[in-house]
Amino acid sequence: MTAATAGRRRLAGAGAVVRRRLLVAVPVLAATSMGMFALGAASPIDPAQQYAGAAAFTTSEENLAQLRANWGVDDPLPVQYARWIGNLLRGDLGWSTSRHEPVTSVLAARAGWTLLLVGAALALVLVASVLLGTLAAYRRGGWFDRALRAAAYAVQSMPVFWIGLAAIAVFALALGWLPAGGLTDITATGTDPADVARHLVLPVTVLAVSQAPWFVLFVRDAVAESLRDDHVLAARARGLPGRTVLFGHALRTALLPFLTLVGTHLPELVGGAVLVETVFSLPGLGAVTVAAALGADFPLLAATTLATTVVVLAANLATDLAYAAADPRVRLDD
Amino acid sequence: MVRPLPARVTATAVAALLAVAGCSSGATSSGGTGDAGTLVVATAGEPDTLNPVLNYGVDGASLIFDGLVARDAGNRLVPALARELPTVSADGRTVTARLREGVLFHDGTPLTAEDVVFTYRTVLDPKVDSTLRSDLDMLASVAAPDPATVVFTLKHPYAPFLQRLALGVVPAKAFVGQDVNKAGFNRKPVGTGPYRVTSWTPGDRLVLAANDKHWGGRPKNPGVVVAFVADDNVRAQRMRAGEFDAAELPPRLATGFDGQGGYRVHRVPTADYRGVMLPMGGPVTGDLAIRRALNAAVDRQAMVTGVLGGAGEPAFGPVPPSSEFAAPSTAGRPAADPATATATLDAAGWRPGPDGIRVRDGRQAAFTLMYPATDSLRKEFALAVTADAKKVGVKVTPEGLTWDAITPRMGTDALVMGYGTPYDPDFVSYKLFGSAFAGQGFFNPGSYRSAVADRALQQGRDSADPAVRRAAYATFQQQLAADVPWVFLTYLQHTYVVKDTVTGVTPRVEPHEHDVANSLWWNVHAWTKQP
Repeated sequence: MTAATAGRRRLAGAGAVVRRRLLVAVPVLAATSMGMFALGAASPIDPAQQYAGAAAFTTSEENLAQLRANWGVDDPLPVQYARWIGNLLRGDLGWSTSRHEPVTSVLAARAGWTLLLVGAALALVLVASVLLGTLAAYRRGGWFDRALRAAAYAVQSMPVFWIGLAAIAVFALALGWLPAGGLTDITATGTDPADVARHLVLPVTVLAVSQAPWFVLFVRDAVAESLRDDHVLAARARGLPGRTVLFGHALRTALLPFLTLVGTHLPELVGGAVLVETVFSLPGLGAVTVAAALGADFPLLAATTLATTVVVLAANLATDLAYAAADPRVRLDD
Repeated sequence: MVRPLPARVTATAVAALLAVAGCSSGATSSGGTGDAGTLVVATAGEPDTLNPVLNYGVDGASLIFDGLVARDAGNRLVPALARELPTVSADGRTVTARLREGVLFHDGTPLTAEDVVFTYRTVLDPKVDSTLRSDLDMLASVAAPDPATVVFTLKHPYAPFLQRLALGVVPAKAFVGQDVNKAGFNRKPVGTGPYRVTSWTPGDRLVLAANDKHWGGRPKNPGVVVAFVADDNVRAQRMRAGEFDAAELPPRLATGFDGQGGYRVHRVPTADYRGVMLPMGGPVTGDLAIRRALNAAVDRQAMVTGVLGGAGEPAFGPVPPSSEFAAPSTAGRPAADPATATATLDAAGWRPGPDGIRVRDGRQAAFTLMYPATDSLRKEFALAVTADAKKVGVKVTPEGLTWDAITPRMGTDALVMGYGTPYDPDFVSYKLFGSAFAGQGFFNPGSYRSAVADRALQQGRDSADPAVRRAAYATFQQQLAADVPWVFLTYLQHTYVVKDTVTGVTPRVEPHEHDVANSLWWNVHAWTKQP
């Protein structure tokens, strides 16, 4: 039996699992969106006053009431929710009162940048934490292990915001290697990929560094643990080379729970991205989400919340599938 | 409209990112691809629309649009789209504007009176989400008897009406068959102004190109990029990294650029005041002696040097010293006057209690002072007032809250307020201090009522004679100083850092609001930059 056919057999139940998860996802998403609207109804924030900003001083109550009537935000909660769901089913995510444009436009303009930031940071975290954690475990108690752990604890205690400002101070101001913020050079006329990439080096690295400690410490402990497992000890006893034992046996065993960690840690990564976007003035979803919450802009808030929920659900599903593919003991068709 | 760009960019950029990460040590942050001479300015705020009808660039200086009138460096009205300043009829209720000839919108279509009529009618349309409607509530109708003439008919005489004509004019044609609230125009506007919009990346920047066919002459630079950087520290860092030619910074961060080669710090006087609103209905704040004592006890000079880092001046009323309507006689001592404060309290029967807090009829001289918790400046003012009040035996309890928690309590608890406009005293004061607006939301939240002030405010609004208006506003300011419904603390200075290589910067007195428009760059079309 080749490895490929074994993998296919392990994923035999995948279709059913995906269907079952989709069935669960619908009520979860419905509950999330209802919760959003219920919280919104409990909030004392007046979207019209938020919209007016400083003009609230010179805007009459009558004028504000007209705005609320135009938006229908004074309608009873079930009416607002029904309208929102109805529009959603027709592919219309509604009107963002805080941005003054359709919610779909807000998402289209910004979601890509947030995904790029989070995706690149996640990839960097995974590769770096597996490499560094495994090396530290292999030389457990050595200077590299101790230094890495000390660094992980130190980074863990630093706010993302602070790491970002420090990175700007060092790499943009003192050394002048990288731009201090923005998506492109400030006078650039388009979004040239190389330009964008150069501008994303610092934010992606800062986000990755801020999220890395969990992953690094986890990999290090898990690999160290599995180095003492029977099958790893047996492999070593058989005289297999150290690298084969480390990456082929110990790391493979350790990686399974690591997948779960990635799945559950994703929301935190998204949270970190909000702050990183602020520090590096990136036009992602972070700042608009905060503005939507402060401005009682429920269509936009509901859309970003739902998008995040979908990403987390999808990540959990992907984790489970990957788990099944990697571990012969896990069966999907249970 | 879903743009396919991000997905493709994602793939390329991730690949590029990994490549660049290893070999970027030679790169620097300079070297853009835009035109030399393009100016880059950084602001904290970002407009949510670029349509003047929906509140963008109100009071002129929108860069993209022109109004019938504009303001010069001294904030005096000058003709813009109107050939000369509009004329007002003898009864003050008909205002006629003659349009300048040959003005073109950015798309090449000519400006006509219909566009002006459309602009004002749209603001008045209840279906349009405009917060400007209450500013034009004196306007009965607007009509275009011929393509070059616009006639405004007012419900009642309104002396500062010409000031309202700085509103940017939009082309009627762009809105045919469209919902103004949702029109694509709001993001891709077409105006007559010195700059046209090249692109707007929300959350990032607004790119403007010079309008070479502008009626006032072509701008002296090829374009302007407005970068939106919400965080103050980040803006300062990026200014230091050389990315911006000019940036708005809070006073303390701006001070870091003082005396630093290559930069110049501009401290611009404003009509933007901070003050403590004292509700007339409160058992302690409603007492005249308490209000007068507080007014004497606060150390405005210390607040200017301490809280504002020198970037401000003492305030004694809502009309800024730079205004022709200011009454210098109402200005008091910048430093604290505890002797007067304690004498006032003693005379009114507020006697020091065992803990130092004054008491009268079993009631402590104590009240709560609210401030918006996220506004660190107002918090510092609240703490300064608390400390000054304590020295004369008045106990102030500062409380940081959200606006939603503050709003329902404005009738009973004191509040650190901020607002102000240099253009006309009627704009803010008529509603903030008029009896008719007592307790109406942010209009007169403390329910101040004075027949003298009401009469003066009405006279200032009705009369076209500048001398009569000056007298009326002097009466109003004196009455306010006597009744002390607010303790005015300071006017702020707005601080900006500009590179040395930029010439043509002409600061003028600024209002409370200052973002893309009404900032130091109100005349950016006259700025030039050495390469």
